[in-house]
Amino acid sequence: MMTYVKEILVGFWSLLAGMAVTIRYFTKPIVTVQYPREKIQMSPAYRGYPQLILDPETQTHRCIACEMCSRICPSQLIAVEGAKFPGEKQKRGVKYVHEHYYCSLCGLCIEVCPTTALEYSAEYRLAGYRREDAVIDHLILLQQRQKAAGVPITPVPTAEEIAAAAAAEAAAKEAREKEAKAKAAAAKKPAPAEEVKE
Amino acid sequence: MITSGIEEKTFVLNLGPQHPSTHGVLRVLLEMDGEYIASAEPVIGYGHRAHEHMAENRNYHQFLPNMGRVDYLHALAFNHGYCMAVEKLIGVTVPERAEFIRVITNELNRITSHLLWFGAYLMDLGAFTPFLYCFDDREHILDLLDRITGSRLTYCFFRFGGVPKDIDDDFISGVRTFIKRLRSRWVDYHNLVTKNVIFIHRAKGVGVFTKEQCQLYGITGPSLRGSGIPYDIRKSEPYSAYPLFDFEIPIGDNGDIYDRYIVRLREMEQSCRIIEQALNKLPNGPIMAEKVPKRLKPAAGEVYQAVETARGEFGTYIVSNGDIKPYRIKLRVPSFSNLSLMVESFKDNLVADVVAILGSIDVVIPEIDR
Repeated sequence: MMTYVKEILVGFWSLLAGMAVTIRYFTKPIVTVQYPREKIQMSPAYRGYPQLILDPETQTHRCIACEMCSRICPSQLIAVEGAKFPGEKQKRGVKYVHEHYYCSLCGLCIEVCPTTALEYSAEYRLAGYRREDAVIDHLILLQQRQKAAGVPITPVPTAEEIAAAAAAEAAAKEAREKEAKAKAAAAKKPAPAEEVKE
Repeated sequence: MITSGIEEKTFVLNLGPQHPSTHGVLRVLLEMDGEYIASAEPVIGYGHRAHEHMAENRNYHQFLPNMGRVDYLHALAFNHGYCMAVEKLIGVTVPERAEFIRVITNELNRITSHLLWFGAYLMDLGAFTPFLYCFDDREHILDLLDRITGSRLTYCFFRFGGVPKDIDDDFISGVRTFIKRLRSRWVDYHNLVTKNVIFIHRAKGVGVFTKEQCQLYGITGPSLRGSGIPYDIRKSEPYSAYPLFDFEIPIGDNGDIYDRYIVRLREMEQSCRIIEQALNKLPNGPIMAEKVPKRLKPAAGEVYQAVETARGEFGTYIVSNGDIKPYRIKLRVPSFSNLSLMVESFKDNLVADVVAILGSIDVVIPEIDR
């Protein structure tokens, strides 16, 4: 009988102790946020999907289409194509499509990039109705950001322009090779002459 | 055999795979003798994602994001174990500052894992309020880790040879404030739960794991320490910067649910101690080892590295045949062996205690299925 009464008293005391905690927190400020109306600021290190950096100097991207990112991507989601345009020293990215739906946001592409052309975006609302909603053409996204920033828009080259550039590049390469051959031939010519002398 | 139960007095009760208390997709077939369990058989594999096979088809870097998905609650320990195994394989020494950052983030992650267990487990037992308090605390750590790792749950932060991002003064002061705050909350936790009579009645003397059983089944983590065996990889096979810190291994006496609960709470206190010491001793220097090749091609050989996660020993066993892809990666996960003993301990218990025992070992199903 005594243990029964004691148990009831102890139980009642533990209930009161719990209630005291609840009442104490009742007067403290609310910790939750009413999401659609209030939004929390994302931290600067937040990893959204990777996007091309808008270079403040050149007002365009820094992609040289080396395809390092597409090669290291664990899920093979990045498709990069590049072309060399006449009068430019380096290749330039002409297609950068990221199929974001399988992206695990590991950040390997960002760390491997030799020209640091990529950064994490701050976008966290990534839901869509169709799979195609998560396929991001980064050159078009860059154009939108350029428009928003009020800087000249980098045009995305059309297929004809790329073909023309490739043809021009091939022609230039051929010319260079011919020149090199001619030079080599010119360099070679005296050599047999020397041999003859001996 | 369970299917023969129909002719006899027993019957089969299906727990899961979509039971809210199984924390994932675990199915347990319970052979019931009235209200008591005669035998139990777990059915696993609903969440099988072939992580080990994936490792054989991608190179060492590409397997990194997988580690955050094996055990989503203590992802950084899995990151750590895999990175350390590969570093052992290629012979890279991690700079001291990187080791300290690894330990700090790892211990913060351990606290989040234990806090989530604390809340979710008590919700299994029918207490809803503690869940809200501990998720409030957990949110603070997630915000802190978000500042450094960039994600809130499935971290992919450690790299071979160090960490990609350094911690700043804001992070350090944030962690110090958080530890102060968490310490002030212990009183509330104990008032709400530890002293609660309903909880004590449900936890004391239920689901006892004896020392012999634990050794037989290869139990690790808080479930083992609750039974009174002070085995912790951080002490027994010290790795990373852990030997530099002074901390204790909390152990229980009886090996029942209550002891496992107390061990987890004390472990959080010890994690706070480790983090404080690490912040005080934090050295300056590089955070990434030099000369880590971008394209790994380790020499043929094999390596094993164990780390202590919130649930027990996690081991990575890598076999390399000199290719850019690993020949085989075997992940030794703690929940799998813990589950085997848990099923054993169901026997002769009431069906109402099944969920209490199931939650008390803190199973993470993707880890069992991997």
